[in-house]
Amino acid sequence: MLKLDRKDTLLLVIVALMTLAAPIILNPFPTGSALAQFNAGYPDLMQRFVIYGIFAIGFNILFGLTGYLSFGHAAFLGVGSYSAVWMFKLLSMNVLPAIVFSVIIAGLFAVVIGYVSLRRSGIYFSILTLAFAQMSFNMAYSVLTPITNGETGLQLTLNDPRILDGARAATGLPVTNLFGFEMRSTAHLDIAGWGFDFSVGYYLSAVIMLLAFYLSMRIFRSPFGLMLRAIKSNQNRLSYTGLNARPYTLAAFVISGMYAGLAGGLLAAMDPLAGAERMQWTASGEVVLMTILGGAGTLIGPVLGAGFIKYFENIFSKINDSILHQWFSFMPDGIEDFLVTLVHPFIGKGWHLTLGLLFMAVVIFLPGGLVEGGQRIGRLFRRNKAGDTASPATTPAE
Amino acid sequence: MGILEVKGVNKRFGGLQALGDVNLNIQENTVHAIIGPNGAGKSTLLNVLVGKLIPDSGSVLFNGQSVLGRKPHEINQMGISRVFQTPEIFGDLSVIENVMIPCFAKRDGAYRLHAFESVGAEDSIVAQAETMLADVGMLEKRDMHAGSLSRGDKRRLEMAMCLVQEPKLLLLDEPTAGMARADTNNTIDLLKEIKAKRDITMVIIEHDMHVVFSLAQRITVLAQGSPLVEETPENIKGHPKVREAYLGEAQV
Ligand SMILES: Nc1ncnc2c1ncn2[C@@H]1O[C@H](COP(=O)(O)OP(=O)(O)OP(=O)(O)O)[C@@H](O)[C@H]1O
Ligand SMILES: [Mg+2]
Repeated sequence: MLKLDRKDTLLLVIVALMTLAAPIILNPFPTGSALAQFNAGYPDLMQRFVIYGIFAIGFNILFGLTGYLSFGHAAFLGVGSYSAVWMFKLLSMNVLPAIVFSVIIAGLFAVVIGYVSLRRSGIYFSILTLAFAQMSFNMAYSVLTPITNGETGLQLTLNDPRILDGARAATGLPVTNLFGFEMRSTAHLDIAGWGFDFSVGYYLSAVIMLLAFYLSMRIFRSPFGLMLRAIKSNQNRLSYTGLNARPYTLAAFVISGMYAGLAGGLLAAMDPLAGAERMQWTASGEVVLMTILGGAGTLIGPVLGAGFIKYFENIFSKINDSILHQWFSFMPDGIEDFLVTLVHPFIGKGWHLTLGLLFMAVVIFLPGGLVEGGQRIGRLFRRNKAGDTASPATTPAE
Repeated sequence: MGILEVKGVNKRFGGLQALGDVNLNIQENTVHAIIGPNGAGKSTLLNVLVGKLIPDSGSVLFNGQSVLGRKPHEINQMGISRVFQTPEIFGDLSVIENVMIPCFAKRDGAYRLHAFESVGAEDSIVAQAETMLADVGMLEKRDMHAGSLSRGDKRRLEMAMCLVQEPKLLLLDEPTAGMARADTNNTIDLLKEIKAKRDITMVIIEHDMHVVFSLAQRITVLAQGSPLVEETPENIKGHPKVREAYLGEAQV
């Protein structure tokens, strides 16, 4: 089916089911309960899960397969967002042309930046991409202000021309839509204390993420993907085998840049504004963390990593001392205060600390990321079941 | 006229003259051995032939075409493959994938962005790679991680990767170093078999004289960057200059 083997088809189906059922799966706690703050099933956050998932899937095609570590991929994310907002301003509030345009523009950017950066490898490649991204970031604040609107960020205004559907927007700012279906429109469902939100924006992003995931699967399993893995393994051997690494790495770079542009375009489609901070090096670093945390070079790893980091960023950061006091209130006062003080550095603004520690633990104990963790657990179960029939084969990607 | 003509090649590394005025003429369809003591410049010479190094002066013609200044992948596409002194394989990939890559390079050229085909569906490439693995006696290891192979197996794998491309000129840099006696003999048989099956020219660098005398039709002795003698195996054995060059290092 779909030109995939059975194992891959199964993975795709599982990912598809999980993604489509995410509004339910991510809201396991009843609305009123004390644990409700761990619910992640609200549209805004779920959209970020899948959109950053796309960003990381694309990044993984470059980093996971070829081993070229780009530290500037947020530039393409930012370019995608700006392109999309410009389409909203000039053409139409329909997200389709905006998304297509953001992918194309990010792709063109990636051709230029990739062409130059790929003249070097290793750390020098990383530094070149970082330099390009910081250059774009700074230019967005300065000379490119007419295009980027500087520090304010690019937004919709009441007098945007919008040649296709400008007339409709008589009162107030228009909203992004897909042929009339507004991105922000959400169906709320209450079942016996549980609440679920099904939003158009999330489902559009989710379907696009699934397409992006399927595409990356096909690339992983193609001769092209094999060459990219060969580049990571031994570029020397590859050239003495008659293969020119340069066009392969450039293609991987451009494809991953287009994924980033797609993610940027989708971010703008969900919330039509674009700021330069989206291009900053911290944002570039974040996608590196996502990919490594989940498992670089694996199929599903980057998506897991993106979900993990976005969950921490949004959920752990919301927990504050008064919530902690609630949790530990059953303890004697002295111990309660002590525990709160103890946990305090790891929550709220301290979520970075928790994430950092987790990241270090994963890199040290699970070099293959969360996916390797999953595989180890899986192997443990299998060994218990079937005795030890050690298999010599190592599939490079799950 | 030979298939490979090396004329007046010089290469210096700082103060060291690694190659000094090397002239070499390799006849088509022969096995030509290059021997010489450690540091004689044998590997350096191969590096020049495959485009890894550019000599300071001189010319290298392959089938009448210059190879100097061409990229390694272009030289390979001309029909020159090389087995390295320390095996160069794709350690992170499976054994069969290692052999499929040169098959793709041979069929599709230096690059083709076939991103939407599936490796598993490339039946003829898979079959080609499997046949080659069977020839070198490694078919049962087809799904193993190449990086975890023994040194001898890595060499055989690298040889399979080169042979599957059916090169016109095969350069072998100590192909049996680190192999057990039995594997060495298998390698000799394999190379003889390949040689008998089709047109191929081989340049082989070897310290193991058993390998050299089993395979070579011509032998060049290289010492301190320059060819001393070029002879047939019968005439090389008692050659005074050869004894001098080795100073008893190997029994010739
Ligand atoms: N890239 C390099 N830079 C500097 N010196 C080098 C380089 N490559 C080789 N040499 C030197 O050139 C000389 C010839 O080296 P080469 O590797 O060609 O010898 P060889 O005949 O292959 O020896 P062996 O039998 O040990 O493999 C040696 O002295 C070596 O140290
Ligand atoms: Mg050598």
